Amino acid sequence: MNRRKIWETLRPYVMILPAMLAILCFVIYPVFYLLKLSFYKYNLLNKAKSKFVGVDNYEQLFAKDEFYTALTNTVWYTIATVSLTMLIALLLALWINQKKGKKINALLQAGIFTPHIISIVSIALVWMLLMDPNHGILNFLLKLVGLPPSKWLQSSSTSMMSVILVSIWHGVGYYALIILAALKSVPPTIYEAAALDNASRFKTFYKITLPMISPQLFFILIIMTIGSFKVFDTVRIMTGGGPNNSTSTLVYHIYEYRSNNLGYASATGIVLMVIIAILTFVYFRMLSKKIHYQ
Amino acid sequence: MHSKWRLIQSGTSYTLKGVVLLIFIFPFLWMIMTALKTFPETMVFPPRLLPAMPQWSNFVTAMQSGPFVTYTINSVIVTVSIIILQMVIMIPAAYAFAKYKFKGQPLLFALVLLAFMIPGQVTFIPVYLMLADWGIIHTLLPQILPFAANAFGIFLLRQYFMQVPTEIIESARLDNASEFKIMLKIMVPMSVPALATIGLFSFVSHWNDYFWPLVMTDSMNVRPLTIGIAMLRETEGISNWNIIMAGNVVLVLPILLAYLFSSKQIVKAFVYSGIK
Repeated sequence: MNRRKIWETLRPYVMILPAMLAILCFVIYPVFYLLKLSFYKYNLLNKAKSKFVGVDNYEQLFAKDEFYTALTNTVWYTIATVSLTMLIALLLALWINQKKGKKINALLQAGIFTPHIISIVSIALVWMLLMDPNHGILNFLLKLVGLPPSKWLQSSSTSMMSVILVSIWHGVGYYALIILAALKSVPPTIYEAAALDNASRFKTFYKITLPMISPQLFFILIIMTIGSFKVFDTVRIMTGGGPNNSTSTLVYHIYEYRSNNLGYASATGIVLMVIIAILTFVYFRMLSKKIHYQ
Repeated sequence: MHSKWRLIQSGTSYTLKGVVLLIFIFPFLWMIMTALKTFPETMVFPPRLLPAMPQWSNFVTAMQSGPFVTYTINSVIVTVSIIILQMVIMIPAAYAFAKYKFKGQPLLFALVLLAFMIPGQVTFIPVYLMLADWGIIHTLLPQILPFAANAFGIFLLRQYFMQVPTEIIESARLDNASEFKIMLKIMVPMSVPALATIGLFSFVSHWNDYFWPLVMTDSMNVRPLTIGIAMLRETEGISNWNIIMAGNVVLVLPILLAYLFSSKQIVKAFVYSGIK
């Protein structure tokens, strides 16, 4: 009887043990390890030769133009991608939510979502082909409507814009569908009441629809902002951070230094983690404060 | 007059929707068309939509340019192992978090959520060093083990388990069913939609993953398809687009086919997990 009691107390811990071990081993411990590495000049070939250098890596980091370029690029990328994706996703969702044209709307939903489940490798490669300055189809279309061709990924003045364009195309369908689901969950009685009051379409949207779907919009805002700060795949495949560092981002910066200067890369990793932690904190603070309408 | 205006309006709406649809579908069509072209055909300007003769041999060239059989097998092994491992670890954990009360539960669950917030882009350097210390960096394990605990999955499944009425569990206990049996015969069958969502999610994200295998692998024989396809540009030359796109089709096809047959479920799964 006593043994049974002990087992019943222990049982839940045993059940979560594998999950907890994996989390401790691959998430929690590495964070502390990363922090430690960021204070070392690490020697990959001979670990014994690694030495403690204090905050040297951080000093190096905050004195480096390349780091600031990567940081600014990441911030610009995030602002542009997040705002444009949200705007277009919202418009698409409102447009698909109309009652007319059920068939084409269903087709459109499946279509705009497709890029989201395809590997970013494929997407990056296809868009490189479309954006080829000499025989790419995008320049062909530009010429067709009488605009000058662009160098797209191959000029430092347009490369970031091109990466942003691909990111928007990749993500917008998914977010549009989340917003669409939110729109569909707004009780129709509220709209009927607004119609009785002769509210204009704009006013209905601004005073009813927008507040009703704001939890989802806020969720998307945070998820996308955090996701955008981690941008790497498109940059690695399409531009390699170039031309002239114009598309280098924080994660790309970490990646570039991971073997030559591991301590420095770790310090950059800590900076990235702090940024993500702040964003997450802001998210939970606002979630508990605002945005409760029902 | 009024109805004519309506007709124009709905006609424009249809056309515009068609154009938007094309923007999202065309790049994939272009990928397939380019994969079937000869090299000179890919260089023609203005570009032509269809190849004169479909060049099926491009696929052979692409697949022979590297150890693609190995890449494909690696992708399959890694993806399937992750899904199985995640399920085995996730189900008991979610059950314990949903249906037991124990000391430290909120704290431990907060740890799960914390794990969900810290991305691999932050932890990859220490994880690599650790796995190199363990001496398994040249195996497939570095691509599998770090994903053993699916924090998002535990969270989602716990929500689902909490909705299973406790009376059902209690009456099963009265019938002397073991906890293990309750988990397997009651909880799991009642949560099939959640499990399918999580499995689908895992499949798509790990089949498509590029970053993690890139930073975890040093040798050809453990690399997955995504890395192999991205490397085609180095092995086949930067502008051999027909061969590169042929490889690309091979990477995309399994997902695209699955999507073609079950787009409704897939969209639902993703949107549902996005709202939660």
